Amino acid sequence: MELVQRILQFVDQIFVNLSSWASSQLANFLPEWAVTFLMMFATVLVLVVFGLGSIIWINVFERKVIGRFQDRYGPNRFGPWGLLQCVADMIKLLTKEDITPTKADRLIYNLAAVVPIVPTFLILAVIPFGRGMVAADLSIGFLYIVAVGSLGTIGIFMASWGSRNKYSLLSGIRTVAQMISYEIPMVLSVVGVLLLVGSLSMVSIVDAQGQWRLPFIVLQPLAFVLYFTSAVAEVNRSPFDLPEGESEIVAGYHIEYSGIKFAMFLLAEYINAFSICAIATTLFLGGWRGPVLPSWAWFFLKTYSLYIVLIWLRATLPRLRVDQLMNFAWKTLVPLALANLMVTALVAKLVPQYSLIGAGAFLVMNVVIILGIALVKYPRWKRERREVVLVPRSASSQAGSS
Amino acid sequence: MSELKTETITVNMGPQHPSTHGVFRLILTLDGETVVDVEPVVGYLHRNHEKIGEYNNWIQNTPFTDRLDYISPMSNEFAYVLAVEKLAEIESPERANYIRIIMVELNRIVNHMVAVGFLLNELGCFFTPMFYAIRWRELVMDLYEMTAGSRMMPNYFWIGGVAADLPPRFLPECKELVAALPSFIDELERLITDSEIVQMRCKNVGILPPDVAVAYGCTGPLLRASGVPYDIRRAEPYSIYDRFDFDVVVGTVGDVYDRYLVRIVEMRQSVRILEQALRDLPEGETATPKKKKFTPPQGDVYHRIEAPKGELGFYLVSDGSDHPYRYKIRAPSFVNLQSLPYMCKGHKIADVVIVIGSIDLTMGEVDR
Repeated sequence: MELVQRILQFVDQIFVNLSSWASSQLANFLPEWAVTFLMMFATVLVLVVFGLGSIIWINVFERKVIGRFQDRYGPNRFGPWGLLQCVADMIKLLTKEDITPTKADRLIYNLAAVVPIVPTFLILAVIPFGRGMVAADLSIGFLYIVAVGSLGTIGIFMASWGSRNKYSLLSGIRTVAQMISYEIPMVLSVVGVLLLVGSLSMVSIVDAQGQWRLPFIVLQPLAFVLYFTSAVAEVNRSPFDLPEGESEIVAGYHIEYSGIKFAMFLLAEYINAFSICAIATTLFLGGWRGPVLPSWAWFFLKTYSLYIVLIWLRATLPRLRVDQLMNFAWKTLVPLALANLMVTALVAKLVPQYSLIGAGAFLVMNVVIILGIALVKYPRWKRERREVVLVPRSASSQAGSS
Repeated sequence: MSELKTETITVNMGPQHPSTHGVFRLILTLDGETVVDVEPVVGYLHRNHEKIGEYNNWIQNTPFTDRLDYISPMSNEFAYVLAVEKLAEIESPERANYIRIIMVELNRIVNHMVAVGFLLNELGCFFTPMFYAIRWRELVMDLYEMTAGSRMMPNYFWIGGVAADLPPRFLPECKELVAALPSFIDELERLITDSEIVQMRCKNVGILPPDVAVAYGCTGPLLRASGVPYDIRRAEPYSIYDRFDFDVVVGTVGDVYDRYLVRIVEMRQSVRILEQALRDLPEGETATPKKKKFTPPQGDVYHRIEAPKGELGFYLVSDGSDHPYRYKIRAPSFVNLQSLPYMCKGHKIADVVIVIGSIDLTMGEVDR
């Protein structure tokens, strides 16, 4: 039994131990500042390589899963079970001609391909991938994510403005409106969680969920739904993929990009989608906490489960229209997030911390809000189902003669 | 505070655009996202169909009509063949009549499936309903292949009958398919009809009032969704449609959502007709005796049928030779398309594509 536990402990801490072993080895012949610097560099390198490497997997995974949703196989030609499809795609994209439109703003156009990808990697720095596995445990963790995450908008707007195309201009206008609107409910919904924790640090958010012995999705289910919805809009995924809108404005902001620049946008998009799932896991699903399996395995299990939900949404839901998108953010999500924040603050003062009674109180308060909204704003029984009129033979012959 | 000065922009949508159903161009004048003006430009797929039709002989034109609306080839053949039969006063055998009805109604179901699939595609539900529909379309295509030898260009209807009798496997498989089709339509409805986003997007978009629809000469599901119970199968029964019991499906508002509902319910009505036709299918000949050379008498004829997209009419003039003197097609897609600017004005750019999807265009038929 003890042996099993030690093995599990070893597997759990394998990456942390590896890192401390490497730094101790380096300390033998390097001064302390050089070791710190090298270890930071190594961490960044690992994150970037992880980010790029996970694309290969996420891309194939998404296409496979969406294939199953659509009753087909998905990529299955290249490599075992089509797993190397992404390699083939990358080769194709890298060997394509790199086009810059004549009338485009060259500097902005070329810069825009790089800009969106930087914040996506920066976000990965504060996510705890496992017990003790965080690149930088910033005390302002979530604030940092919000700040850095909104930088991606600038890149997209640069792309849409710089390529001097009317479709991408439309897409740029949509993007800015959408991203700014959805940032507000996204942040507001998380503030409830931050109230419970009393800290912005991602590591202490996970620790707090350990102290409650419950993931925050039990305490804050409404906040989870609000966060996930607005985060999906934040990363332009279906049903909020208006900036891309392939059936309306063709490809939106990356319509003029080809080859490696297009691949950069694609890369940023996939890592963004991954990181919102990772953030949701950390904030609401207990992060890396879980029995038996190593902590990082739990983290990825939860994150990829959320990712499947993203793919599911993409396979099932049609797209909203621009005005409806704005209405949804300002008239539904923001008031709900504010209500949630207010009531959370109230309940958090009233109930004891880290107790099952407290958790029950939070759950009840969430259910009350959700039911209230369901009854007041969207009463299902009030909705009329539109039917068509069937004209049988005798009726129409009269209509025809008259 | 002074008004902000704004400018409209002109966007050229198409001829290469994912949701214009082929090479179709729209010149959109936009005020921000709002559509101020729409100007459809057609003709990119013009391939001289009518003129070539005058040089083909009468029999050669039958497979040629498959290329009009390639989603529903059987209906095109049906219209042409009926027109020529009316001109030459040929009666096709009873069994052939029933086989034709079966084929055409299967075709209507396929067409509406594809129309609904494309509509959802344009709504942004990327290809899932489309694949669901295509899965069932394949089964119908299998039936076509088994009877006619070709999936999309069957050339199955002949002047005075059909090309071949049904193979022995056809009837059991067709009956099985017809029995299973309602379950597919239910499946599609579960996915789409009550979906909140579909309702938000489709309701009260692209409203076409009945008087305007009639003024534009719209026919088919587009007209019926506007509330006009006009179906040529009922108003002017051709072939043996007067023997079947079915309802004409009529919408109440005339928006995109109504057109969707009308198509769904029309599929159910087609299933009803199919059940009756399969039940009553008589034994006997499937074609009148073949002639070496077919020359109808002098004269002209106009015959129209209720094709899945609307009124499909053929105007044929014969000078007594072996090829038509004039071969004119009244294509439903082309006429229905004219109402597009009316429906789009004042809506958002995203609505333009779903209105196109709800009209159900096939460029092969628009441009001919």
